[in-house]
Amino acid sequence: MDFNDAPQEAEFRAVVRAWLNENATEYRDPPPEGMKLPEFIARSKAWQAKKHAAGYTGITWPKMFGGQGLTPMHSIIYGQEESRWHVPQGLYSIGLGMCIPTVFTHGNPEVVQRYVPKALLGEEVWCQLFSEPAAGSDLAGIRTKAVREGDEWVIDGQKVWTSFAHASDFGIVVCRTDPNMPKHKGLTMFIVNMKAPGVTVKGIKQMSGGSDFNEVFFDGVRVNDSHRLGAVGDGWKVALTTLMHERLAVGGKPRYAPGYETLMKLAKGVEAPDGSPAIGASDVRQKIAQTYINDQGIKLTQMRALSALSKGQVPGPEQSISKVVVAKTMQDLASFALDLSGGDGFVAGADADPELAKLQGSYIGSAGLRIAGGTDEILRNIIAERVLGLPGDMRPDKDTPFNQSVPA
Amino acid sequence: MNFDFSDEAKELGEQARKLLAEKAGTGPARKAMAADAAAMDAALWKEIAELGWTAARVPEAHGGLGLTVEEVAQLAEAAGGSLAHVPLVSTLLATEALVLAGTEAQQAKWLPGIASGEIIACVAWSEPGAVSPATVKTVSSGSALTGVKQPVADLAVAHVAIVAAAGADGPQLYIVDLKGAQTAAVETVDLVRRHGKLTLDNTPAEALGNAGDYQDWLDRAAVILAYEAIGTAGAAMAMTVDYAKTRVAFGQKIGRYQAVKHKCADMYIKLELARAHALHGLAMIGTNGAELRQVAAAARVASLDALAYCAEENVQLHGGIGFTWESDCQFYYRRNRALVAALGPRGWWADRLVRALEQRNSAAA
Repeated sequence: MDFNDAPQEAEFRAVVRAWLNENATEYRDPPPEGMKLPEFIARSKAWQAKKHAAGYTGITWPKMFGGQGLTPMHSIIYGQEESRWHVPQGLYSIGLGMCIPTVFTHGNPEVVQRYVPKALLGEEVWCQLFSEPAAGSDLAGIRTKAVREGDEWVIDGQKVWTSFAHASDFGIVVCRTDPNMPKHKGLTMFIVNMKAPGVTVKGIKQMSGGSDFNEVFFDGVRVNDSHRLGAVGDGWKVALTTLMHERLAVGGKPRYAPGYETLMKLAKGVEAPDGSPAIGASDVRQKIAQTYINDQGIKLTQMRALSALSKGQVPGPEQSISKVVVAKTMQDLASFALDLSGGDGFVAGADADPELAKLQGSYIGSAGLRIAGGTDEILRNIIAERVLGLPGDMRPDKDTPFNQSVPA
Repeated sequence: MNFDFSDEAKELGEQARKLLAEKAGTGPARKAMAADAAAMDAALWKEIAELGWTAARVPEAHGGLGLTVEEVAQLAEAAGGSLAHVPLVSTLLATEALVLAGTEAQQAKWLPGIASGEIIACVAWSEPGAVSPATVKTVSSGSALTGVKQPVADLAVAHVAIVAAAGADGPQLYIVDLKGAQTAAVETVDLVRRHGKLTLDNTPAEALGNAGDYQDWLDRAAVILAYEAIGTAGAAMAMTVDYAKTRVAFGQKIGRYQAVKHKCADMYIKLELARAHALHGLAMIGTNGAELRQVAAAARVASLDALAYCAEENVQLHGGIGFTWESDCQFYYRRNRALVAALGPRGWWADRLVRALEQRNSAAA
């Protein structure tokens, strides 16, 4: 057993590293604080264009769609190397990670030709319009409707939790096209122009005070039938393609989140109830150990998956535990550390200790992380049903026409 | 990156699981629980020895197969999952000590017999009043030991014991030939695996390595025992999941209820965390990695957490039937206590993990 690259992997890593050393120099330091959106977009586009020219975009995509036709391991190695630099992150992750693979899997040739190259080059930004106020965990319960009028579809409704909708040129939107069918069967997926008349984007202010997501309103928005992805009524199947790509994005501990080292450092400067340094207290040491076991355990679990990929095998189901462990561990650690700090852990703003302020951010942010991309509860359902083979929840609305469904 | 068992180790594990599924399991464990039952399944032990499992880790020079700790881990997991009534894990732990710290003469004396299965070895660190492998009161007077060791797993069938006792530089290991030793049976919570009391009264003993070797052996033992715990926990989880798929309440399979399925998911989560750390432990042993101390402690804690949770919730999710004598739930529930007692409590190992992290930090500073 070893954690080393295989020879071809090491070679690819060396090439990538050399290229980044040449080309990422302006991203050596973290970006200036409080960067405005237009500047972030400009920086993101410039970096994506540079990567594209060098052949580091669409690494795993088929060559016929402009990709490099390489393995997931190549993509992971590129990502590991790129993460050593402060290059702009996030603007394209949903578009290129989820939307465009859906477009080239289900779109007609003209649509693929029109949209995929520009998306890969970074000229056009994409968002994913799935969740709705009444359909989060229960995604198939969406109500946004699309009604056919000749060659066009007319979309009315509301989406929510849409990342980068305000910066996007296009999106993929799942709509209800037949409310007389059971809920999973009456859905259809479309490409929608985010600048089209009738599209309104409104930022959501989160509990954290930040605004990473949007509400998107559709009011008589017209889409040509050529922009349909997959057959009418196949929207759920198409959405599963998208979500499968989401699952490949491995969910480890966020880079900024405090871990066990933070608690070790903090506990040296704080008193236990008996007046001795808290680092000697049994409960503190147990919490350090538990945090190490959870966070490091997820990292190692991901390495098991990478080893399978490296050998050309399909990773086992074990990485499905990642986010459910990481998010709650982050919350528990932050809560424990702030408890330990008493009033100092509560004081925010200019008077706050910077380490404690980070823990406060982690405490609040982790509450969102436990929900985003699958709640703790939904992820446990998935582990129990798909990995352990337990029967699914009773779903009284599964087979009734959507418009006749009455809550049990 | 190659963070996985070798194909050879996986194959041996497959063979072990297959044989033990047939020859061991809860049925034989129930028979072994009877007061008049034998202290081990001698026929199964003979078969195990013939298949070379006890020879796996013994160097070829001493009649063994010279395999790696990965094979040992696979065997320990298979033994743990099947509750096999044989002193396999005890012998593997003792073998690891002899391979790690034994002199050429000590290895030549004990390892060939262990490899062939004729010699059964056990490990004795626990003492009345001792809470961790660091607190032993048995004393050494150069070539003899005095003190009481209990509970010692598989003592009744063992020919040699690897004993922890206080040496000049702290606790360390000794070899005690059990021929003529003063032993007695000790009743424990685990009604299947036999435990005993070893009374040492100026009993001849040979030092096995030094105090540093004892600490290194504890790391290796923690990783091997983590695999036994993972095997037992996995069997308890499988039993729960099977039941949740068939038992009906309120007109539904109980596995449909989230209160039930989320506990099953948590069993899986704890098991996979334990597997990740235990595999890391094997990687560190295989490469003489400097991080073994912290990794082994993490594997020990994570595996005990997984086992406790799976064993306890297995009874709970079975409901009333799970609490009956007839139910097999009790085997895993009781074995959980045996595996904690085997190498000291969770809390001590969690503290050992943090001490290792502190030492690494101060070394880096």
